[in-house]
Amino acid sequence: MNNHYQMLVIGGGPAGLAAATIAANSGVSCALLDEQPAPGGQIYRAVEQAPELRAQLLGADYQRGKSLVENFRASRAVYFPNTSVWSVNEQREVGVNYQGDSRIITADHILIASGAMERPVPFTGWTLPGVMYAGSGQILFKSAGAIPEKGVVLAGSGPLLLLLAWQYMRAGVKIKAMLDMTPLGNRIMALPELPRALLAYQYLTKGMTLQRELKQAGVEIKNLVSDLRAEGDGQLERVCYRHRGREHTIETDLLMTHFGVIPHVWLTQAAGCRHLWNESQQCWHPQHDEWGATSIEGIFVAGDGAGIFGAKSAEYAGYLAGLQMSYAAGAVTRGERNQQAIVYRKAMKRDRHIRPFLESYFHIPREILAVQNNDTVVCRCEEITAGQIREAVANGHQDSNQVKYFTRCGMGPCQGRQCAQAVAHIVADAGGKSVSGQSCFRGRPPVTPLNLEQLAQMKRRQR
Amino acid sequence: MFKQINDSRAETVTVQLNGNEVRVVAGTTVAAVALTAGLSFTRTTPVSGARRAPFCMMGVCYDCLMIIDGQSGQRACMTYVKEGMRIECQQGAGLIPGESQ
Repeated sequence: MNNHYQMLVIGGGPAGLAAATIAANSGVSCALLDEQPAPGGQIYRAVEQAPELRAQLLGADYQRGKSLVENFRASRAVYFPNTSVWSVNEQREVGVNYQGDSRIITADHILIASGAMERPVPFTGWTLPGVMYAGSGQILFKSAGAIPEKGVVLAGSGPLLLLLAWQYMRAGVKIKAMLDMTPLGNRIMALPELPRALLAYQYLTKGMTLQRELKQAGVEIKNLVSDLRAEGDGQLERVCYRHRGREHTIETDLLMTHFGVIPHVWLTQAAGCRHLWNESQQCWHPQHDEWGATSIEGIFVAGDGAGIFGAKSAEYAGYLAGLQMSYAAGAVTRGERNQQAIVYRKAMKRDRHIRPFLESYFHIPREILAVQNNDTVVCRCEEITAGQIREAVANGHQDSNQVKYFTRCGMGPCQGRQCAQAVAHIVADAGGKSVSGQSCFRGRPPVTPLNLEQLAQMKRRQR
Repeated sequence: MFKQINDSRAETVTVQLNGNEVRVVAGTTVAAVALTAGLSFTRTTPVSGARRAPFCMMGVCYDCLMIIDGQSGQRACMTYVKEGMRIECQQGAGLIPGESQ
């Protein structure tokens, strides 16, 4: 690993791979730092290694990642797997953990392509072993070929729930229940967006095909489910919910939930990039221009880490950011940049037609996000309940970060990744304010674990 | 909770899981090994002693912290198995260097 690169890409998902490939191909010295052992990100995780059968079960959209990874491998971009980034700052100094060593490297331009994470939505019992995210189920399937042994209950609201149910159905997993918590009002709210969504009809067709095939396989989707709870003594034993005015209970050792995904903003937060609240996507994202440039000079974002638009749009945004960085590095002219950008802009515009519809249809209601049950643990690390957060607000702490200092919620090992959103919603709800005015927890380096030994050795080496 | 579909590469490694030798497929994460080996939990919390298991599988929730080769607080979902690796459930805040559980 050199001490300096013209361009550094952080993250090996579609956006990072696309940016690194196009920049390296135009002659920029470019390195890609990836936390994972192989390129693909979460969406195309282990796509190079996945055996034939597994790839088939996961479907054609997953296999699409293969060519993206092949093109990246064929480029002159340098790939650093198993490499975590614990800091980025305005001077474009990047703190890196690589092969057990910590070091600081620099770059003229940095692309943070940190991708998405599941939107954490606390509900009673969500900390029990046996409760996981739908995304976790997919990762286990893609990277280890691991599927539920004794069946699974799926619950929540969002397209990934349907996709996972379909993948599991094909792999022979017993789906004990599919609990759709999307409220009735969402269907009506989403209707005005339908004509535009038809321009990206392939997504709608896919959704309908998955639903039809699930129905044919005997998987019943229960609609308008509410009051989801997980119960058990030390591990999940049953899932309780309300459906058509009645309480139901299912025995299960595994529940996977999904309430959409949000950008993983901890690195851009720690770098000091300006962030905005997006009401339609119900998340914070780094502010950026049409090329992905953030509020800090030389730091770019692309892909779901910049705002949720899905894997294909992430790839196009990656190419655009890569082009702009190549232009800034003097490797392509302004004209070449603009010429090459046309095709990606067009494809991105077409791909994004589906988004307003999806965002309205799968809008998570405020009462779910603001955790109504005061006994529910919101901060998984410090075990702070919704009631404790409301109490802090009642005591005059009207801001998420103030509540954090007062209660310790968000101060555990995950640094608030799992509770920041819920805390903001609860604080807004309790104070009768809008969540858009809430502050996200301030991210600080080290963003990923760094032990004192690594830190001390770094100092000695650089002396 | 989980089983492996019959597509995995034949190459295996042997690890110590809570003191028991287990043969596992090479190239998998410690978290995947714990979940397929039938562990019902992988740590207890420092605050209340509640049981926890791998949750997000992508390194953001820090709920899968385990003691790996004597070092506590390791994310099991971000650590890949190696021959002879010692994997243990973590009680509370884990160990300080040189201490044994």
